[in-house]
Amino acid sequence: MKKEDIDKNDYRFKIANREALVGIGLVIFNFIWWFGFAYGLGGQDPNKYSYTFGLPNWFFYSCVVGFIVMIVLVFLAVKFFFVDVPFEEDEENEDK
Amino acid sequence: MNWQVILPLLLFLVIVFFVGIWSARHVKSSDSFLQEYFLGGRSLGGFVLAMTLVSTYGSASSFLSGPGAAYNQGLGWVLLSMTQVATGYFVLMVLGKKFAIITRKYNAVTIVDFLKERYQSKWVVILSAISIIIFLFSAMSAQWIGGGRLIQSLTGLPYITALFIFTASVLIYVIIGGFRAVAITDTIQGSVMFLGTLILLVGVIIAGGGIPAIISDLAAENPNLITPFGTNADLTPQYVSSFWVLVGVGVVALPQIAVRAMSYKNSRSLHRAIVISTVVVGFIMLNMHLIGVFARPILPGIEVGDTVMPLISMEVLPPWLAGIVLAAPMAAIMSTVNALLILVSSTVVKDVYINYINPKVSEVGIRRLSMGVTTILGVIVVLMSLNPPDLIIWLNLFSMGGLESAFIWPIIGGLYWSKGNKYGAIASSVVGIVFYIIFETYYPQPFGMHSVVSSIVLAFIAYVSVSLSTQKKDRGLNNSFN
Repeated sequence: MKKEDIDKNDYRFKIANREALVGIGLVIFNFIWWFGFAYGLGGQDPNKYSYTFGLPNWFFYSCVVGFIVMIVLVFLAVKFFFVDVPFEEDEENEDK
Repeated sequence: MNWQVILPLLLFLVIVFFVGIWSARHVKSSDSFLQEYFLGGRSLGGFVLAMTLVSTYGSASSFLSGPGAAYNQGLGWVLLSMTQVATGYFVLMVLGKKFAIITRKYNAVTIVDFLKERYQSKWVVILSAISIIIFLFSAMSAQWIGGGRLIQSLTGLPYITALFIFTASVLIYVIIGGFRAVAITDTIQGSVMFLGTLILLVGVIIAGGGIPAIISDLAAENPNLITPFGTNADLTPQYVSSFWVLVGVGVVALPQIAVRAMSYKNSRSLHRAIVISTVVVGFIMLNMHLIGVFARPILPGIEVGDTVMPLISMEVLPPWLAGIVLAAPMAAIMSTVNALLILVSSTVVKDVYINYINPKVSEVGIRRLSMGVTTILGVIVVLMSLNPPDLIIWLNLFSMGGLESAFIWPIIGGLYWSKGNKYGAIASSVVGIVFYIIFETYYPQPFGMHSVVSSIVLAFIAYVSVSLSTQKKDRGLNNSFN
């Protein structure tokens, strides 16, 4: 993924590349959260589990809270990092 | 027969059917039949895009085999299924705008079109068309079998009759309506899936006496059920994590998913779809698999995993509501089948016939051919499903891993690495598929992980090393990119 390989005249590709990297970053964060809580809290003896809303903590934080955190992050990423660009050369005038 | 269950289901089928027929009007009025029939005229809005992605992805395995596996494995399987949250945002973010811009520039209607323009190679086209046809065929028959089984278990009709009811209700509107009909009915089906799983989860929790009671029942039966490690403590972290590749990031390379990333109207649709599909995929996956686990203390001793979902619906909900909820797996199966059917048909018509057999075919000829091929494919799949193999999830996952190994680097490398060339793409597809099949057959779970991981790594090495070592040979051919 080298920058100089991409047509520098097309500003849209730079935006697209940055957004793809945001996607990769989110997945890595998502994985660490999911793995950390699941095996960090879930690895002990089930008799020693604590519970939130009836669910074992490892599950609650990894799957339920993790899911909500991801929704918030995805929403924020799209809202603040993603840029509106036209897809067709002649679209700029009509569709915006 | 249980008419209270069957009636809502029938009603649902009829509604979907008419919407399909209605959207067929667009096909008639559009000026480019190919763009419209196979891509909905690249005009999908954010909500429709998100729903068609989710419901294409959510299939028989998420609604029938998935909850069945969760029933048997406990919370560990829900953990595994939550790897799919990533598909909701990852696919659209990574293919994203670049894919939309480039496929428009190439005027590509299918994934194979994109690969053809990017790599300028006949062999890339042939190889990818063949792998799409073979792998998606097996995926389709798995879905078809799921649909037949579901109708069978609800109505008590013989399997073959059930299969024909299912087939007739799917085929007609796909053949007439094309991609737009599929996308719009997907939207209805996605909404049904979303609401259906919510209703059923609430029903199951109430029937089980609340979440704490259900969890302590599970722990009393076998403490492993509430750990991340599965009933027999054999779900290792490596194995479960490797599903991040199979059902998470690897989904980017599934042609039926990737083709949707070129069908939307503008970047605002894309942005909205990213958020909506993350919410919907995660919600459906979490609910469905939790339902499977929670069903265990309520209905112990179910032997065939695929029947957990229909049985628990009929157990905990009033019959009419069960009918509505059971429209959800029906919707999931139908929408996956539709997407696969239209994709395989586009591969045959656009990628094989128009590219190599008869490039000068007229607009009317294309129209007849597209509908004809869709029909014939549908009929062949039904014939294959008459004598079905038992394990839906296996067939389905086999095709998923195979397609991912074949396509991930040619697509991703084709978009983001301009040194990637046709030799690399061919090597990568061949290495990916061959090793995937070898691993699956003789050496499942290398390094304790699903074999798709090793196959994708080997395919990556092949793509990069072959591309780099053939740079000189390839000079001049690759300039069309940029």
